[in-house]
Amino acid sequence: MSDVLTVTDLAVRFTGEGGIVDAVEGVSFALKERETLAIVGESSSGKSVTALALMRLLGGPPNCVVRGQVTLRRQDGERLELLSLPEARMASIRGRDIGMIFQEPMTSLNPVQRVGAQIAEGLHAHERLSARAASDRAVSLLGHVGIPEPALRARAYPHQLSGGMRQRAMIAMALACRPRVLIADEPTTALDVTIQAQILELIRALQKETGMSVIFITHNLGVVAEVADRVLVMYAGQVVEDAPVATLLGRPLMPYSAGLIASVPRLDDVRRRGGRLAAIPGNVPDPRARPAGCTFHPRCAHARPDPCEAARPALEAAAPDHAVRCARWREIAA
Amino acid sequence: MIRFLIRRIGQSLVLLVLVSMIGFALLHLTPGGPLSQFALTPGMSAATLAQISHAMGLDRPLPIQYLDWAGHLLRGDWGRSYRDQQPVLDIIVSHLWATLELMGSSSLLAIIFGTWVGVLGAIRRYSIADYLATIGAMIGLSIPTFWFGLVMIYIFSVWLGWLPSGDMYASGHASFIDYLRHLILPCLVLTLVTIATWSRYMRASMLDVISQDYIRTARAKGLRRRAVLVRHALRNALLPMITIAGLQLPTLLGGALVTETVFTWPGMGRLFLDSIGYRDYPVVMGLLMFSALLVLIGNLIADLLYSIADPRIRLS
Ligand SMILES: Nc1ncnc2c1ncn2[C@@H]1O[C@H](COP(=O)(O)OP(=O)(O)OP(=O)(O)O)[C@@H](O)[C@H]1O
Ligand SMILES: [Mg+2]
Repeated sequence: MSDVLTVTDLAVRFTGEGGIVDAVEGVSFALKERETLAIVGESSSGKSVTALALMRLLGGPPNCVVRGQVTLRRQDGERLELLSLPEARMASIRGRDIGMIFQEPMTSLNPVQRVGAQIAEGLHAHERLSARAASDRAVSLLGHVGIPEPALRARAYPHQLSGGMRQRAMIAMALACRPRVLIADEPTTALDVTIQAQILELIRALQKETGMSVIFITHNLGVVAEVADRVLVMYAGQVVEDAPVATLLGRPLMPYSAGLIASVPRLDDVRRRGGRLAAIPGNVPDPRARPAGCTFHPRCAHARPDPCEAARPALEAAAPDHAVRCARWREIAA
Repeated sequence: MIRFLIRRIGQSLVLLVLVSMIGFALLHLTPGGPLSQFALTPGMSAATLAQISHAMGLDRPLPIQYLDWAGHLLRGDWGRSYRDQQPVLDIIVSHLWATLELMGSSSLLAIIFGTWVGVLGAIRRYSIADYLATIGAMIGLSIPTFWFGLVMIYIFSVWLGWLPSGDMYASGHASFIDYLRHLILPCLVLTLVTIATWSRYMRASMLDVISQDYIRTARAKGLRRRAVLVRHALRNALLPMITIAGLQLPTLLGGALVTETVFTWPGMGRLFLDSIGYRDYPVVMGLLMFSALLVLIGNLIADLLYSIADPRIRLS
């Protein structure tokens, strides 16, 4: 299978009143056709910024500088360098080649526009079709994502729909033009558990049907186990491990990944040990003052002054499809 | 909706009663009544003055006078001017249009240009244009309207001699062009003052909206910059401006009154000043009630428009 999206050395630097924040540094990965790539990591590890940078939805210079390469391979084989496209051209890629859904279905829809019109508007941006046809398509898309009485819901305003419905409407909007890549930034975090499962199921079914690739951002490893083919673990703006889901959850190499997995509450653990979770000690470092050497070493049980504090470890291949950023992974694994 | 209207009208009536009471009391307690102008007339005796005062009913206790005035008003009788015995309502209506023309034309211009300046300031934040607009608005807000008006008269009428310095028509030829030439300066003064406020609010509202999640969604759909700005950002940013327009109405009216006085524009402002000078109580009270009514109706319309423009608002 070939890569739909290739990201090389992506870096995002914010310059503001608070100083310089390197939110993302040297992130590289490839998204294969039909693959679901999960990006996990604690809060403020740079997951959303990575996604927004791919879509070029971050504010521009001088406050925000994005470097690196993002290559999209279109249906017809054409390769596009997204970060250097003119803005108007990039607009024609958004929604058509790459769709995106966000965490907050509450605030992500325009409050004063009918849901159907918001979907039709996306169709209009990319396809030549009549207003009538666009609104018909919007209704059928709403039906397709499992909204009952779609014709009625299309005429509703966002505040008249429940959170789950709104997220379904967001999905209908993002997938209206059948993009080859869907970026879902914590699409279920704001929903309650039963609705979460339904939304995950919906995304999975649509993926099977359309053959799209999905980048799924989450900090819920349970969700990762359910949806992902491959996992990218991010810490302090960098990729620290990149592996197939079974490998990562079964035999993680980076102590941070292992810590994340250990901190997932399990029902039997809770029963047996009285509910104590093995959380990773300490906090994510302030992005303006990251520690020298490995950014994780202050929180790492395996850290040694010699390799860990001396230099920032590189991302190295532990196996053909497994990369890890840890100076001591060989010794730890042994 | 009906309940909302009934409640709002009820509230408005209470407010009108309060305004009328306070206005009436202040007016009558101000030294120098309507008779002071006769007092200096040669040969006027105290007895005659008392007689006139009695005939006008001014010697009765204040609450009785108020009730008398209010009772007539309730029956649709606004009273007659002390000056020329014309019915107050006729006098006010004959001056109302001039004020509305001035306020209407300047608000329209101010809303159009103020919106534009505000939006530009928000999307090109901290640019040179934004700084210039900020400084311009500060100047517009801090210099007194009457002084600004006098400066304009000095520049355009006295110095350049391009435009008339006052009145609505030149005596003799009353053409529309002539009317416009007279309108330009007062309208310009009022517009610039109003743009200053409006563009500040517009900029803040727009800045608030463009950082919202739904703007990011609109861009993620692939909409062009302009479509995002107009259909999503501007539409939402204008919503609170409806309320602000309502709240700004008293300021606008006050500004119009000052401007009219400076430019001798024959509107309610000039009528107000003249009537105060003559202690023409019925006309002053009529103007007070009329202005209050204008503001209340303006605010009611703003609220109704807001509920139409924003589907989340239910009037109740
Ligand atoms: N517009 C911005 N200006 C300055 N700093 C920013 C901006 N957006 C994000 N950041 C910083 O970039 C870092 C990464 O943020 P990001 O939103 O990508 O985290 P995340 O991994 O998505 O976290 P979460 O799980 O909480 O969503 C954070 O330290 C954040 O403070
Ligand atoms: Mg995030």
